[in-house]
Amino acid sequence: MNGWVNHLPIFPVVIPLVAGAVMLLFAEARRAPRTIIALVATLLNLLVALALAYIASDAVPSIWPDGIAVYLLGGWQAPFGIVLVLDRLSALMLVLNAVLALTSLIYALARWRKAGPHFQSLFQFLIMGVNGAFLTGDLFNLFVFVEVLLAASYGLLLHGLGEPRVKAGLHYIAINLAGSFVFLIGVSLIYGVTGTLNMADVAARASLLTQDERILFETGIAILGSAFLLKAGAWPLNFWLPSAYGTAAPPVAAVFSIMTKVGIYALLRLGSLLSGASGASVPAPFNEGWLFGMGIITLVLGTAGILTASQPQRLVAYCVIASAGTLLAALGFGGTAMKGAALYYLTSSVLATGAFFMLCEMIDRTRQTGEDLPLEMMEPVGQEPVDADFTDEVIGIVIPAAMAFLGMGFLACALLVAGLPPLSGFIAKFLILSATLTDTAPAPVPVTVWVLWGGMLGSSLIAIIALCRMGIHLFWSTDEIMTPRLHLGEAVPVAVLLLLSVALSIETGPAMEYLNLAGNSLSSPQVYIDAVLSGSRPPGPPAVPSIPVEGISP
Amino acid sequence: MEGIYALAIGVLTASGVWLVLRPRTFQVIMGLSLLSYAVNLFIFGMGRLMIGGAPIIETAAKADPSLYDDPVPQALVLTAIVIGFAMTALFLVVLLASRGLTGNDHVDGDPEA
Repeated sequence: MNGWVNHLPIFPVVIPLVAGAVMLLFAEARRAPRTIIALVATLLNLLVALALAYIASDAVPSIWPDGIAVYLLGGWQAPFGIVLVLDRLSALMLVLNAVLALTSLIYALARWRKAGPHFQSLFQFLIMGVNGAFLTGDLFNLFVFVEVLLAASYGLLLHGLGEPRVKAGLHYIAINLAGSFVFLIGVSLIYGVTGTLNMADVAARASLLTQDERILFETGIAILGSAFLLKAGAWPLNFWLPSAYGTAAPPVAAVFSIMTKVGIYALLRLGSLLSGASGASVPAPFNEGWLFGMGIITLVLGTAGILTASQPQRLVAYCVIASAGTLLAALGFGGTAMKGAALYYLTSSVLATGAFFMLCEMIDRTRQTGEDLPLEMMEPVGQEPVDADFTDEVIGIVIPAAMAFLGMGFLACALLVAGLPPLSGFIAKFLILSATLTDTAPAPVPVTVWVLWGGMLGSSLIAIIALCRMGIHLFWSTDEIMTPRLHLGEAVPVAVLLLLSVALSIETGPAMEYLNLAGNSLSSPQVYIDAVLSGSRPPGPPAVPSIPVEGISP
Repeated sequence: MEGIYALAIGVLTASGVWLVLRPRTFQVIMGLSLLSYAVNLFIFGMGRLMIGGAPIIETAAKADPSLYDDPVPQALVLTAIVIGFAMTALFLVVLLASRGLTGNDHVDGDPEA
């Protein structure tokens, strides 16, 4: 039993990989076997992620002490081979990804899988890349997994084709290719200085560098950080995001909403390792002041984008930017209490934007034309209609269930995104704002607290204004509103995501217990470093004896 | 050797960046290719430059690492080439699709922009 559990961390990578590969063998016309494989694989993925999170939360302390599992691939000892590392934070991200994957897969089965070939396989490969990026403990392996998820996302973004998608895809691929090259430069510079690619080992060796090496090392880290910030959608590296996310097919956009979190996760992971071990200051992109500043600017500009967006899906894309900004600012603010709160916000915002993307497409179907309305047409919502008689015929119509569902769904998403009570979005913002006060001295309130409070509350206000306007425009002021035919398979995933965020707000206590533990483990990176470098071996082929080679490190 | 090597990387990077910033899709893809060459050379250089060194250590006992080449950057470059090549090929396909759909080769699909 125990031996089997030790192999569990590799499953989030293996399951989607095998499923995606097997699905390629079936001809495009044979949808039934593909669908079954995809559903089974995604469900298994969720079960494995839940099991991992359960074990990582110290529920079974005999298996993995400190909630950190180290999986040595091929049995090679840690600094020499590639390792997968699972701790509470990565387990949380795995669960989030699995939930989002399952719901958007079910949503996609209703209509979207027919939009082009190999949707299912690409979808599984995307899940594999995201899972791998959350699990890996090695910088170059992180690059590989990020490329896997990007490659799959290129294919998925173009799914269903159409001119706007190709245009957005062109920009998206170009910017991400450039970003990947920047990533590689950073990784190889770090390798050149420290002689290792293992994240724990990099952190352990960072304190041993001489002054000259230190400069090169920090340059490498800074370059790497820029690549992470690009993936995270931080200003000024996020101009690709609205058009890419705003034009992607809805189930694709829903899984995309965790992709920016991969960048944030990488920043968080490497930043925590570097801050604890290196002794000296943390280089720029991981430095708290920088993160805070960029986060605030991202938040402000994302909020401005929410206000200007005239198309629902684009609006949600800007919500993703605003949530990335909030997260970066909260993480940049620092403090242990803040980390747990920021993780809560991350969970809530991923669920909310995922549901919102899917909901938007269903709402789009209520409009006959479906084209983007120019912003001017949305303006006179407060005025009386010119032809007052026109409204008479609407009186007395019973609200159909589909419209009621869409309206309630939109309301819930708006509350979640803007952070209004009673849903988890509000609790998340409240936790972040209260965490600013627990970590600072009471007498002179630092200016950063004011900036964060102002930014977050102002953004909430503007977001709710924009969302109200969008809601009125979508549900009330359209002349030719049609009751859409909703598939049960489309409504249920959205409802599940929304109910999960309701559950999150009801069970805030237990959730915060876990998230605080995850946040605390980020503040004590030495445990992570020790766990990786001591390398508890899984059962399997015997470890290759480590060759005493000197001079690999500079 | 280091000087020439650094110069080559610098020239490739500079040309690549300039081309990526051009408004035509073909120039962008050429720029991305040049950038990827520069990055691959850079990774290679991070393993220290050496001529005629073997990458595989023959005996575990009393090996002098200074006589051997660092095999890790070679493995990294191999992976980076494969990934970069595949992504560039994919970009080319999207470029052609964009050309077909918009009828011109501007990155925004609009020659006036």
